[in-house]
Amino acid sequence: MDLLIAAMLTIITAATPLLYAALGELVAEKSGVLNLGVEGMILLGAVCGFAAVTFTGNAAAGIAAGALGGAALSSVFALLALGLQASQVATGLALTIFGTGLSALLGQDLVGAAYDGLPKLAVPLLSEIPLAGALLFHHDILVYGSLALPAAVAWFLTRTRAGLVLRAVGDSHEVAHAMGYPVIRIRCLATLFGGACAGLAGAYLSLAYSPLWIENMSAGRGWIALALVVFATWRPWRALAGAYLFGGITIAQLHAQALGVAIPSQIMSMLPYLATIAVLVLISRDKSKIKRNAPACIGRAFHPSS
Amino acid sequence: MNRKTLNKLAAAIAAGVFLAAPAHAQVDNAGFVYVGPIGDHGWTYRHDVGRLAVERELGIDTTFVESVSEGADAERVIRKLAAGGSDIIFTTSFGFMNPTIRVAKQFPQVKFEHATGYKRAANVSTYSGRFYEGRAVIGTIAGHMTRTGQIGYVASHPIPEVVRGINAFTLAMRKVNPEATVKVVWINSWYDPGKEGDAAKALIDDGADIITQHTDSPAPLQVAQQRGVHAFGQASDMIAFAPKAQLTAIIDNWDRYYVERVKAAMDGTWKSADMWGGIRSGMVEMAPYGDAVPADVRAAADAVAAAIVDGRLHPFAGPVNNQAGEQVVAPGETLNDKALLGMDWYVEGVQGRLPK
Repeated sequence: MDLLIAAMLTIITAATPLLYAALGELVAEKSGVLNLGVEGMILLGAVCGFAAVTFTGNAAAGIAAGALGGAALSSVFALLALGLQASQVATGLALTIFGTGLSALLGQDLVGAAYDGLPKLAVPLLSEIPLAGALLFHHDILVYGSLALPAAVAWFLTRTRAGLVLRAVGDSHEVAHAMGYPVIRIRCLATLFGGACAGLAGAYLSLAYSPLWIENMSAGRGWIALALVVFATWRPWRALAGAYLFGGITIAQLHAQALGVAIPSQIMSMLPYLATIAVLVLISRDKSKIKRNAPACIGRAFHPSS
Repeated sequence: MNRKTLNKLAAAIAAGVFLAAPAHAQVDNAGFVYVGPIGDHGWTYRHDVGRLAVERELGIDTTFVESVSEGADAERVIRKLAAGGSDIIFTTSFGFMNPTIRVAKQFPQVKFEHATGYKRAANVSTYSGRFYEGRAVIGTIAGHMTRTGQIGYVASHPIPEVVRGINAFTLAMRKVNPEATVKVVWINSWYDPGKEGDAAKALIDDGADIITQHTDSPAPLQVAQQRGVHAFGQASDMIAFAPKAQLTAIIDNWDRYYVERVKAAMDGTWKSADMWGGIRSGMVEMAPYGDAVPADVRAAADAVAAAIVDGRLHPFAGPVNNQAGEQVVAPGETLNDKALLGMDWYVEGVQGRLPK
């Protein structure tokens, strides 16, 4: 039982960064923006968050700096791809390469610095409950935030007027424009939100998951987050389930090795990706179902005069 | 520009060429090609420390290129260094082997040093560290200090270098603690701080009270520190990340080798050679012991290191049993270097199957 609880706690930490990055990208994609720069934004968030904590010693400053760092990099994307109509795919890829290099440059003097990790906040009374208390109510602030975020995003997208407008922009920018909505401005805001979330994912990596800064420490999690958005068919709650599934598979395979289960570790390392492909095949069998959720204008440039 | 200045210019160029010509016989620049960033706090970082030792002790210029991928890029970078005036070039990753050999053919007057490879030429040497000797030292410490009798090993890729480390560690550990076992978790990456940490967590949750690793980031040590268990640093001293948890660390020390080889090139005594140096050569070094290591364990570990240095002890001296309990090295025999370089089996005491 203790082993199970321990494994589940590890799964929560593995899922949290994926969840932040995926939800941010989900909102951006819902507005019609395909930003492939998630990996770069995560890294910049990680280095900014760690730098802020190193210089101020304040965890809140670190989290804020992480979000700002990610948002700042996404503003470069907004300027190039939305303002200047550059190809979104090419700009996003360039953003990842740029973010990797920039974070390495900024973080040069941070390599080797140590931080104890974000403080754990135990919820009074609830954290005393046997088993469930330790599992659910004894985490750092970013984990609680990541669990609240799907609810907030789902509520925003489906229950608010602003969310409706955002989805309209993503589904048909001409119509939204004709109705008088500022398409570019809305997409910029969605892109900045995506950047801030990726930055939070990065801050979680460098402040809580493995509290240190080393180059390229996200190790491909940005790409997994991008796959997660499709895996979740653009639905926030499914993104939550997907993040925990992906995190769960990764951790389960490490435990399976420790327990001596004789499955080649390489195959188990592939499992998250195989799961993505399997789900993609399954959901794409029902075309109308995926169409209802997929933003129709994703990745397409918009110019008011066209 | 009149004729007079032209003549002067021509004379100046001629003088320049004349003066520059003998410079090829001496060494004024050493080049270094790295596979990772110098800020990785591991493998590449230690090579760069060696480069700085060359600058400091020999007073010559050095040039380095970091994060060079092990493909077509490598050959271009190495050729550029050779053409740019580096007289001796260190290429510090296994994947640079063929590019190094190819460029070496085109620049016979330049000397090349390739780390961890096996192809040599008249102007190409190879060098590597016997890191398994360090593993024998930390295995001894682990055998003395484990309470649960279970050690967690975070491993990268199932190649001979890593398997050799696991086996050397296990053999030394079971000499002092015959009941202790090693559990290995492969993460199939040299470098993924998140996954390395997760693997350490899984091993600790499963009962390991000492963690050791053959991956490059300090994340497993951090996890050990948080969970209140012990661990060993890898490639460089990682005490800053785990002041309570780190018992010691195996440090790659290329300083002396790099200084010696560059000096040999300067003196004209450089010859192509194959160097596989261990603790005695100074290539493998142990970090200072952590506070948690008691005096008797320090003495035992020091004794193992000393015995390896003066040749009384070989980490792979028989009797050695494989996982099935069959004797593969008889008492009195020792595995030779060829067997060590191709090692693809676990010794007794390692749990789980080796992925092939």
